[in-house]
Amino acid sequence: MERIIFYTLALIMIVFAIASVTSRKMLRSVIYLLFVLCGIAGIYFLIDYNFLAAIQLTVYAGGIIVLIIFSVLLVHHIEMELEIAKTAKQILTTVACLIGLGVFLTTIYSHEFNVVENSLTTTTADIGTKLLSYGDGGFILPFEVISVLLLAAMVGAIIIAKGNKLTDKNDETA
Amino acid sequence: MIPGISIYEILTVTSILFFIGVYGFITRKNLISILISVELILNASVINFVVINKYLYPDMLQGVMFSLFIIAVAAAETALAVSIIIGLYRQISSVEVKDVETMKH
Repeated sequence: MERIIFYTLALIMIVFAIASVTSRKMLRSVIYLLFVLCGIAGIYFLIDYNFLAAIQLTVYAGGIIVLIIFSVLLVHHIEMELEIAKTAKQILTTVACLIGLGVFLTTIYSHEFNVVENSLTTTTADIGTKLLSYGDGGFILPFEVISVLLLAAMVGAIIIAKGNKLTDKNDETA
Repeated sequence: MIPGISIYEILTVTSILFFIGVYGFITRKNLISILISVELILNASVINFVVINKYLYPDMLQGVMFSLFIIAVAAAETALAVSIIIGLYRQISSVEVKDVETMKH
């Protein structure tokens, strides 16, 4: 049963990822990316990390996709078709990517992984305790740093997106 | 771990996703499309962290923590990139890579 679900998810993810990077309609490409992200959330559910799957669905499928759709609608006409790269460049890039993929796969398949057979489940309480513990191997410092990073990104995004208008107002009063 | 699925199969899928992202990053000529490709690359690496944590060190949580931080950084990066793209569109009325010759102002 799990095999069938995993192969279906993998097929969906790969097909929609290819569609997302080759589609000539901007909005469709974003929606294909949404399907890929939902497939990745499915993998997290399958591997028994429910909290990560929920994070993936809320942050990526709920937040980032909406943000990208907003920017597409703000800067594009919906029916506009994207310009496509030259055929020679496409073929060259495909060959380079296939060579890279071959190197990756030979490295992975020649490495002997020490797989531990297990069926442990990780609860959200475990993740929360680990994230906020300041003992050995705790993650309290990166947690605080990431909150500062998010605040800085928020302030920066507002200033960059609004900068023009603010200076215009100052010029009028001066 | 997923019963009946070996770690090799999952790593194969994530490698394919990663290189699809690289392909899109190189061939696309639009800033928003490049952002989409970067999201694909980041997601492929996050799955690798989670899968290796679950299959090789199931009693630890380091991979899950790292993937949480990667997701947070990716969200911050996307918000900044979108605001930069909108700001650029105000200045030069275009989001094509070939038109973005200067980042002044």
